Amino acid sequence: MDSEPHLYDFWPYRDRPKITWPNGAKIAFWVAPNLEYYELDPPANPSRKSWPKPHPDVVGYGHRDYANRVGHWRMMEVMDKYNVRGSVSLSVALCQHIPDVVQSGVARDWEFFSHGIYNTRYSYGMDEAQERAIIEDSIKTVQDATGQRIKGWLAPALTHTVRTMDLLAQYDFRYTCDLFQDDQPQPVKVKSGKLISMPYSLEINDHYGFFVYNMSPRAYADALMRQFDRLYAEGETSGAVMCIPLHSYLIGQPHRIGPFDEALKYITSHDDVWVTTAAEIADYYYEHYYDAVAQDLKRYQGESA
Amino acid sequence: MSLNPSYLEYPHRSEGMDHAWYPYSNIMERPAITWPDGKKLALLVQPLLEYFPLEAVDKPFKAPGHMVTPYPDLRHYSSREYGTRVGYYRFLDAFAKHGIKATVAMNAAIASRYPSIAKDTIAGGHEIIAHSTDMNGLQYGGMSEDDERALIADALTDLEAVTGSKPAGWRSVAQTHSFGTLDLLAEHGVRYTCDWVNDDLPYAMNTKSGPLAALPVNHELSDRQILVVCQQSAESYVEQIKDAALWLLEEADKTGAGRMLTLTLTPYIAGLPYRIDALEGLLDWLSAQDGVWSATGSEIVKAAGLS
Repeated sequence: MDSEPHLYDFWPYRDRPKITWPNGAKIAFWVAPNLEYYELDPPANPSRKSWPKPHPDVVGYGHRDYANRVGHWRMMEVMDKYNVRGSVSLSVALCQHIPDVVQSGVARDWEFFSHGIYNTRYSYGMDEAQERAIIEDSIKTVQDATGQRIKGWLAPALTHTVRTMDLLAQYDFRYTCDLFQDDQPQPVKVKSGKLISMPYSLEINDHYGFFVYNMSPRAYADALMRQFDRLYAEGETSGAVMCIPLHSYLIGQPHRIGPFDEALKYITSHDDVWVTTAAEIADYYYEHYYDAVAQDLKRYQGESA
Repeated sequence: MSLNPSYLEYPHRSEGMDHAWYPYSNIMERPAITWPDGKKLALLVQPLLEYFPLEAVDKPFKAPGHMVTPYPDLRHYSSREYGTRVGYYRFLDAFAKHGIKATVAMNAAIASRYPSIAKDTIAGGHEIIAHSTDMNGLQYGGMSEDDERALIADALTDLEAVTGSKPAGWRSVAQTHSFGTLDLLAEHGVRYTCDWVNDDLPYAMNTKSGPLAALPVNHELSDRQILVVCQQSAESYVEQIKDAALWLLEEADKTGAGRMLTLTLTPYIAGLPYRIDALEGLLDWLSAQDGVWSATGSEIVKAAGLS
C-alpha cells in the first residue's frame, strides 16, 4: 500500500491556461444518468457487502428496480424537454437484462460509458487478468448493444484497484470519472498512453444529495442551481465542467422530479452553456487544452509525487 | 490477490429479471390501469400499528423504531405506545374528517392486546392488513421455512380472531422478506403484499402457491423517511407529498393511465401534536383534488384486476 495514489499533479485553481468551450461557452454541462442493474443475490466480495440486509434485501433491490420500471422513463422525459443528452454510466449487464432501457438512450444519441458489469460486483480484490476481463467485457457488451466504443469509465460502485487507471489508458479509454480533485479536466498520470480525469461529482450527485446529506427535493434542486451559478461565473476566468450524476430510483421519484425539472430548465436557459456529453468534452479538451495544461503542470513539479 | 473465479461468472445474465417473481415492465408502456369513476390517482394511506416488546430481537437486524437503551427502555416503549393510544386516534379523527379510507398495517399483538383499536378501525371504514406478529416478528433470508410459516399463520389467525375476517394484505416488518416469503404468503391465502417498492402501480407476482399481487408502498415517501431519517420539517413533508401528487396527477393525464400515491404514516411520528396539523392540512388538500381516489388496498388491487 502507498500513502498517495500518484495519479495527478498538484495544480492550484489560479492562473491556469484559460479554457473556453465551443462557441465561447463559459461552462461545459453534462448529465450522467446511472443506468444500473443490481443483483438480487450476488456473490460476496471479501471487501464489501452488496446489501445491508440478508438477501433478498427487498427494499434495497426494489428501490433500484424502480429505476428501470418507472424512474428512468420519467427522468428521460425531463431531459428530452430541455434537449439534454445523457452520458450514461452503465452497468453493462443491463444490455442483456433490460435492453429497452439501453435502447431508449441509443435512440436519443446518448453516450454510454462503463460502470462495470453489475453495480453489485466490485473490483476490490481483482487480479490484473480479472480487471482486464471486466474492461474487455464492457467494451464488447456496449459495442454489441449500442454500436459505440466506450471512451469513459466509472468503476462499478466506485471500487478500484491500483491498476485501474493504467489499464484504462492501455485500452484506449479517453477519460475516467473516478477522480474528484478538480472542476476542470486534468491529465492523469498513467504508465502509457493518455487519460484525463473528467469532473463528475460526488457532492451534487443525487445519491449524496438524498442519501448522504438527506436534502429535500427542493433543497437539492437549489444546490444544483447554486453550483451552476458559481461555476458559470468562474467561467469568465476559465471554463469549468459541471456534471449532474443521477440515479433515477432517486431523482425519478414523484416528489423529486418536479424540482429537478425546474433546475434543468434554469441551467439550460442560460446563454454560453455548452450542453454536451462527457466524450465530447474529452475530445475538445484533448484537441485544444491537453498539451497546454500538461505544460502548465510543470510549474508545480516537485509539489507532488 | 485475486477473487474466486466465480465472482466473474454471471448465471442470470440474460433478458429479464434475475428471478422469476415478476417480469420486467415499463410503467409508461404497459396496458393502462384505470380507476373507478375516471379517477386518476389512487391514494393509499397506510398507518402502521406496531407493538414493540420491551426485549428487542436484533438479529439479523432490529426493526425500525425498536428499543435503544439498556433494558428496560421505558422511554422508547412508552413513546411507541403514545403513538398507538394518542397519535393513532388523531389519525382516525383526521381520516373521518377528510373522507380518507386507510389501509392499516397492524401487528397481530396490537389487535390481541387492544381489541378496541381493531374495533374502532373497522368502525371507521378502514381495512386492516397483517403486519406480522409484533416488531420482533422479522422475516429475513436465512430464517427457517417452518418458523416463517408459523409466524405468518399466527399473525393471520390472531388478527382474524379479533376482527372476524382474514386479512387480505400483508406488510412485513421493515418490508423485508426471505426467499420463501412470497410463496408462503400465497399459501396462506394472502392476496397482496405491500413490501415491494419498485413501482407506482400494483402488479402481479408469481409464486409456487398461486397468484399474489404486489401493492408497492413507497418507502421514500414515508413519514419516517422524510421526518426522522432525513430530519425534514412537517411543512417540507407536506410540500414533498403535494409535489408528488401533482406530478402523478399530471402523468396520469398525459398517459391516460392511473397512478398511485402511497403514504406510510407512523402514529408516534406524524401523530405528534406539533405535526398533526400539517398532516391534517395535507389530507384536506389531497381530498380536495379532483381525480384523487382514496381507496383501500383491497379496492385498489381489485380495480387493477389483480384479485
